[in-house]
Amino acid sequence: MSLLELDSVTLKFGGLTAVNNLSMSVEEGQVFALVGPNGAGKSTVFNLISRFYTPVTGSITFDGKDVLKMAPHEVPNLGIARTFQNIELFHQATVLQNLLVGRHRHRKTNMIAQMLHLPSVRAEEREHRHAVEEVIDLLDLQPYRNSRIAGLPYGVRKVVELGRALASKPRLLLLDEPASGLSVEETQNMRWWIDDIRRHMGITVLMVEHDMGLVGKVCDRVLALADGAKLAEGTPAEVQSHPKVIEAYLGTNAVSKGGKVA
Amino acid sequence: MEVLQLLISGLANGCVYGLIALGFVLIYKATEAVNFAQGDFMMLGAFVTLGLVNPEYAGIPFWLALPLVFVIMGVLGYLLDIVVLRAVFGQSQVAVIIVTIALGFVIRFAVGEIWGHEPQSLRSPLALGDVRIGELVLGLADIAVIIVTLIMTFLLWQFFQRTKMGLAMQAASQNQMAAYYMGIPVKRIQGMVWALAGIVAAVAGILYASKGALDPTAGFIGIKAFAAAVIGGFGSLPGALLGGLIVGVIEPFASRYLPPGWSQIAPYALLIAVLLFRPHGLFAQVRAKKV
Amino acid sequence: MRFHFKTDYDQDIRLFEDGWTFSLYAALLVLALALPLMIDPFFLGEATNVLIWAIAGLGLMLLTGQTGQVSLGHSAFMALGCYSCVLMMEANVPFVVAFLLAGVITGVVGALIAIPALKLHGVYLAIATLALAILADDIIVLLKEWTDGVNGKMSPPIDLFGYEISRWNNPIEWYYLTLAVVLMVTLFYRNLLRAPLGRAFAAVRDSEISAQAMGVNVAQTKTIAFGISCAITGLGGALMGLFAGAFNNETFNFLLSIQLLMMIVVGGLGFIHGAFLGAVVIAFLPQVLSMTTDLFGRGVAIPGLESGVFGVILILFILFEPMGLYGRWLKIRTFLELFPFARKDMFKRQKSYLKTERLR
Repeated sequence: MSLLELDSVTLKFGGLTAVNNLSMSVEEGQVFALVGPNGAGKSTVFNLISRFYTPVTGSITFDGKDVLKMAPHEVPNLGIARTFQNIELFHQATVLQNLLVGRHRHRKTNMIAQMLHLPSVRAEEREHRHAVEEVIDLLDLQPYRNSRIAGLPYGVRKVVELGRALASKPRLLLLDEPASGLSVEETQNMRWWIDDIRRHMGITVLMVEHDMGLVGKVCDRVLALADGAKLAEGTPAEVQSHPKVIEAYLGTNAVSKGGKVA
Repeated sequence: MEVLQLLISGLANGCVYGLIALGFVLIYKATEAVNFAQGDFMMLGAFVTLGLVNPEYAGIPFWLALPLVFVIMGVLGYLLDIVVLRAVFGQSQVAVIIVTIALGFVIRFAVGEIWGHEPQSLRSPLALGDVRIGELVLGLADIAVIIVTLIMTFLLWQFFQRTKMGLAMQAASQNQMAAYYMGIPVKRIQGMVWALAGIVAAVAGILYASKGALDPTAGFIGIKAFAAAVIGGFGSLPGALLGGLIVGVIEPFASRYLPPGWSQIAPYALLIAVLLFRPHGLFAQVRAKKV
Repeated sequence: MRFHFKTDYDQDIRLFEDGWTFSLYAALLVLALALPLMIDPFFLGEATNVLIWAIAGLGLMLLTGQTGQVSLGHSAFMALGCYSCVLMMEANVPFVVAFLLAGVITGVVGALIAIPALKLHGVYLAIATLALAILADDIIVLLKEWTDGVNGKMSPPIDLFGYEISRWNNPIEWYYLTLAVVLMVTLFYRNLLRAPLGRAFAAVRDSEISAQAMGVNVAQTKTIAFGISCAITGLGGALMGLFAGAFNNETFNFLLSIQLLMMIVVGGLGFIHGAFLGAVVIAFLPQVLSMTTDLFGRGVAIPGLESGVFGVILILFILFEPMGLYGRWLKIRTFLELFPFARKDMFKRQKSYLKTERLR
């Protein structure tokens, strides 16, 4: 059974069909990419999985559990973590605090215990910190531990957001345009990290990405969307040379010239 | 007959609330700032008029003073936007809320220092006394207030539909970014909205002062106007007026038919009920933030 | 500048980051404990007043500074704390029990009110809570069988384990009592900030959407924040009423909540220190003003002067020092520590123009 399954999911905003009868399945251990032109509904798929939107029809299951029965804040408890296209960090807090919020689903103590700072709370805090330090080591965030997000450059924020998602020790990681706005070196780093995340941490990755170079290098499987519907699915090479995909990106003429999406 | 009497005095009060709420919503739509001092603006407008018109002060004829009042209040609104509000732009919402509350305090203090704390009455041509028709006692001032509000609403509506400035204000309040791209000077427009809100507050103030005595604490009825704005749905100008009327009408009926002590609760109880059951007002649709 | 070479996670978890900081606060505590020996009863009363304001301010700070929710209705909760405490004391409940129970009651009622109110955002919440504050005033009058309406109540003397503490005869004991409550509340506050719940508060404040995506139950977190905030403010209200000697509906007028909000903004939103600094300002402003007006030969009290001046102070702070007194202190400290290498833009604010809460 697949880890994440969408079965004929449709979402409408008023008259606009944002996602049209979409079915897809992500296998455990895969790196899966959603590609497509702007407005194709890629982020909307993420927001459906995060339960920010509720589909009109269709089902979403994660590891056999019905995601649609959950409230948005319960989704992370299944082991799904995500990043956002426009970076949604806690900008008044430090990097460390941001990453520790990632540990929220692993908390065990209650309000009263925390207020009194019982030994159990202290022990738990050490545990959280330990987990977070592992993420900091992986992503080379040591210099920024105590910096506030508000003063950090864009590239670092992007990494912190990835770190916050990783800190929750997810089984499935949703990355919304992890490389957008990053420099060549930063994109290169992102590529190694995604590889590491899959290989060493055993986390399945579903990402939305425009950079076909990155997609070609890290992804096992790609699904191309246009106008909310599935256009093509397969390995990166297959999708890139699929005539419908080329048409959606470059127009009809490009197909006859034997073009390939860059 | 008694019902009619209550209705008219309620509507007249409601017009004042509605006009304050209108200024409130105007500013909110255009700048996303909430002017908790709008009630005190109204009070200030009334006092500025009083200072110009009443014989013990400047003693200028009312109709001559009126344009002057509008200019003073308009400039004041514009300056406030430039000096205070623009500096707060981009800070947390707490800052914006608190800064306008503080403004209200400052206005109240300044007015008290200039014109004193004793209740005074404005020499307004609208203060006409009562008229008796059979058992019915009608305040002519009340009727005049309703008529002036109707005229004011019509003028504002024309302003927004017909004039370039009005259209620019509409555009800027619907989508600042798009308006900016279309070459509308959004910042200046926001200043103009504050000026307009100042003028509307002045009208509300004159109407308020025509119906009775005036003192620096009059600004507190702004709180009822917030209630009106929320009941009407915050983003909607007609909603604000209508909300004002609803609050205005509820008051006299509540004090007539409910046990004493309960009547002043009525508008707030309605506000809380609206917030519970229709959190975005009676006349609004909701859209969530996009990620 | 001091550098920390950290070798243990506990160094980040502990209340004080190093021995120096610890000794500073220890010195402050010693000073606070020795205060009655140094100043006369009148000023000790003022100091008690500062501490009471600080308690109420800490309550609102938790909600507004930490969780980002604006409440203009905290006077209602101060009233609730005060009336419930005094009513229980009149029913011969021992003071300690009555006092703590008053906090709990206020917290629970606050949380219950929060459940519907927190569906509202920013402005709506501010207006709804303002309405609540005004309603509270009227409700106190309506419930005159319990509250004695506009006539108000006399505060009973506090009976602490058989030892009577009255406002006039035992100012020193009163001061210590308040100090104890301050220490307790501050400790709880700090503990929350270094625990998951405190981080959830900050998460909700900065981005509800990603808080949700990290598994924070936004509605529940806000409700808890509101509840705890009300409980603390309720304790502050109880002390305020008891300290005042007598109180009625006017004592807990809605202007009190506005003062409270202004106080924490002037002190420094989001900092525990801010509540204390703000409390100093609000408690001593009337004294300073009356001294100044005496100086200018206007002996009679000028109505509205206090709030007018406070309004001006507040506007100046928001324009020039939005982080409040404590923020100013942080800047001065950094300047001194790094001298002469401090740069002016180290504290430059990042304005977030795109953060809109507008829904339509």
